[in-house]
This record gives sequence, structure tokens and C-alpha cells, in this order.
Amino acid sequence: MTDEQLLQEFLAFRAKPENQSPHGNFLGLEILELKRGRGRMRIPYNPDLAGNADSGVLHGGVITTVLDAACGLSVISALARHATIATLDLRIDYLKPATPGEPVTAAGHCYKVTRNVCFVRAQAYHLDPDDPIAHCAATFMVTSERTGESRAAEGCR
Amino acid sequence: MSILELVRKARATGDFGVLSEGIPYMRTLNLRVHEADGELTIELCAARLHIGNPWLPALHGGVIGGLLETAAIAQLAHDQDTDQLPKPINVTIDYLRSARVETTWARARVTKLGRRVANLQASCWQGDPDKPIATLVGHFLMS
Repeated sequence: MTDEQLLQEFLAFRAKPENQSPHGNFLGLEILELKRGRGRMRIPYNPDLAGNADSGVLHGGVITTVLDAACGLSVISALARHATIATLDLRIDYLKPATPGEPVTAAGHCYKVTRNVCFVRAQAYHLDPDDPIAHCAATFMVTSERTGESRAAEGCR
Repeated sequence: MSILELVRKARATGDFGVLSEGIPYMRTLNLRVHEADGELTIELCAARLHIGNPWLPALHGGVIGGLLETAAIAQLAHDQDTDQLPKPINVTIDYLRSARVETTWARARVTKLGRRVANLQASCWQGDPDKPIATLVGHFLMS
């Protein structure tokens, strides 16, 4: 399957309301890119998600959410089999405050897949990936190998 | 009221619920603060908007992370000597159990309070505090 087919299959799957994350929808999380082992997502700025009303800087929980989502997307696209996944751990370094008013993009790279565990790194940034807001290292459990449901839900291939 | 004044007010009155006036994310996610014997407990009233995995369903890992981080920041605001709102430097979150869509509680403890940096551990649970669904360890900057 090509990266374009992978993306289209996943987007078609995600177009169905029952397959969408309510929290992702609430925050306005969108998929920018999906390639094998890589996922990129973006979250719009919203002053209601600030961690400090005076500065307007987004709360760490918002950065955690977009990083977790981008990491999960990269794992799903990396798995060469049908599976469901769960975050095992996330370590996040907050390198600088997010600029108020600007959307945040997170790019995840699943660089190692094993039978039970997938390893991911990710960056959150505004426009320039080389000027990150946060850096993340994460691991995901491959929780089950299911059959019968949509392939896109469970690893795309 | 500025965040500085809110932290000062919370420290003076013991009502750390006022922090949510200066932390929009707490209001948006409907996080509430309870205080007993110097320990703050943050309550997340789980609703549909907090769901990440629609099939189980389960709360979003980002919501759990935000809850734990909020517990750490609030407890540090409580324990520290300044009126600044602490900023996270880094956090590690371990996800131990799937988070059902029900009321979730979080509590943090300061492991070390330095002059500029504090180390905290936080835990959150549903029902049984001895069965945490996720834990956090992190460093926070206080200036």
C-alpha cells in the first residue's frame, strides 16, 4: 500500500463519526500527514485551553494531547498488521512556551516496532520543526490483534 | 485578578479552586480542586468531551496528562513560598490502566522543593486510590 492509499483509507475510516475521538474533535485536532511510521497532527489555538490567563500560553495538557495523538497515529501507520494500541508512557520536555494565537503541530515518528511494544519520538512546533516547543519520547503497547472490523482502525494493513 | 493575585489569594484563604479563574484549561476541562489537611485533590468529572478512544470508550491520554500536570502545579503553588504559577520543565506519564469514563481523581506530592526547581510525583485513580490509572513524575520551574 502506498502512503497516499494509507492516508486515504485512514481518512475514510476517520470520516465516520463513530470512529472519531470526541476529545480530539472538541479540541479541533486534525490530521495533516500520514505516512508509514509517521503521523502529523495540528491543534488550533484556543484561549480557553490556556494554562495561564495572563500570558495566554497553552496548558501542558494540550501539548500532551497533540503529542500523544501524533505518536499514536505514527504507530498505527507503522504497524504491518491489524492491532489496537495503548500509550504505555510519554516523556515530554517543554522547551519553550507555545506562542499564543498560533496553532501547534506535532510530528510523530515510530522508529521501532516490536511484537508487543512500539517506540516513538515526536516534536511539537508552530511552523519550524527545528524550533520545537516540546520534544517527546513515547512507547505504545500493541494490545491485541483483532479481526473483523475496519482494517484502518487497527493498523491499516 | 492576575494569576499572581490568584495564587496569593489561594495561599491566603486555602481555597485553591480560585486557580481555575486564572487557568482557562481547568475551567474548560471542568477540573475542580478539593483541599484537606494541606493536600489538594483534583476532580475530573468525566464527560463525553474527555473521551479519546470511542470504541472502549476511554478517557484521552492527553486529558489524563493534563489532569496530572494540573494536580502537580496546584500542589506546588500550595507548597512553595512564592506567588508565581510554576511552569513544567518536563513530565513523564505512565499509563497503567485504561481510564473508564467516570470521575477521576488526582493528587500530587512534592518530592523535592529546590530554590528554582521542584520535583513532583502525581497519581490519578478512579474509585480505588491504590489502583492508579496513571502516574506522573516531573520537574517544575518556580521562577
